[in-house]
Amino acid sequence: MKTGEKELIEALKKRHGEELAGTFLESSVAICGLGGLGSNIAIALARSGVGRLILIDFDRVDVSNLHRQQYKTSQVGMLKAEALKENLKEIAPFVKLECYAEKVTEENAARLLEKASIVIEAFDKAEEKAKLVNFALENMPDKIIIGGSGMAGGGSGNLIRVRRIRKNFYLCGDNKTEVGGGERLFAPRVMMCASLMALTALRIIMGEMEE
Amino acid sequence: MVKVNGEVVDAKGKSVTELLIEEKYDEKRVVVEINEVIVPKKDYASVIIKDGDVIEIVSFVGGG
Repeated sequence: MKTGEKELIEALKKRHGEELAGTFLESSVAICGLGGLGSNIAIALARSGVGRLILIDFDRVDVSNLHRQQYKTSQVGMLKAEALKENLKEIAPFVKLECYAEKVTEENAARLLEKASIVIEAFDKAEEKAKLVNFALENMPDKIIIGGSGMAGGGSGNLIRVRRIRKNFYLCGDNKTEVGGGERLFAPRVMMCASLMALTALRIIMGEMEE
Repeated sequence: MVKVNGEVVDAKGKSVTELLIEEKYDEKRVVVEINEVIVPKKDYASVIIKDGDVIEIVSFVGGG
């Protein structure tokens, strides 16, 4: 039997307390890129009870993604936006999902990100990361941006940290280890960075932004 | 005196583009802030660094 939405929300209220659960449920976070970072961030935020997630990725699930991304063998070939929606519906059906299988561009960014108070950059390529963060910082001064940079390789997890770069921009990662050039991506280290990004979003929602 | 990421750098009179080249940054991978204001990409060639400027350059690496 499926556990009902009401039951899940009641359980969250017991866990978080009525007020905080309510704050999380009213919050809205956009995740740009649903790969190793984005798919893990989405699941962490959905489980925590963030009420609305805007999920954006134009790509499809590939067999080479399964070593670090939250998809299943049965989902290879599916749009990531659709596959993640399917998974989140089972994990946290009370979360309102907006899924877009689109590439974020300067033309559609305002429309896609409209409802989000926090925008998470979870792309793979450095150039795409910089492009989105620059665009958001230049054009969306009211939104808080969380980016990820440096989670490749098998270096110590202790090097992965969050830095508040400016009042509305946080950056998570070791800021150094890049994929390629011999460095690989391992699920636990990518998940650490994703977790830190998700935690940073929750802390911002809770009003704790001093880092 | 001009500070770039906390270090004193001889950058007075240079454009942001020139500074990025000298400091070996890839222009396509960075976010640049001068005195807590984001410099739009299109202005990198025309913005000239002044004495007293505090500059932060964030450079992204790939992987996600």
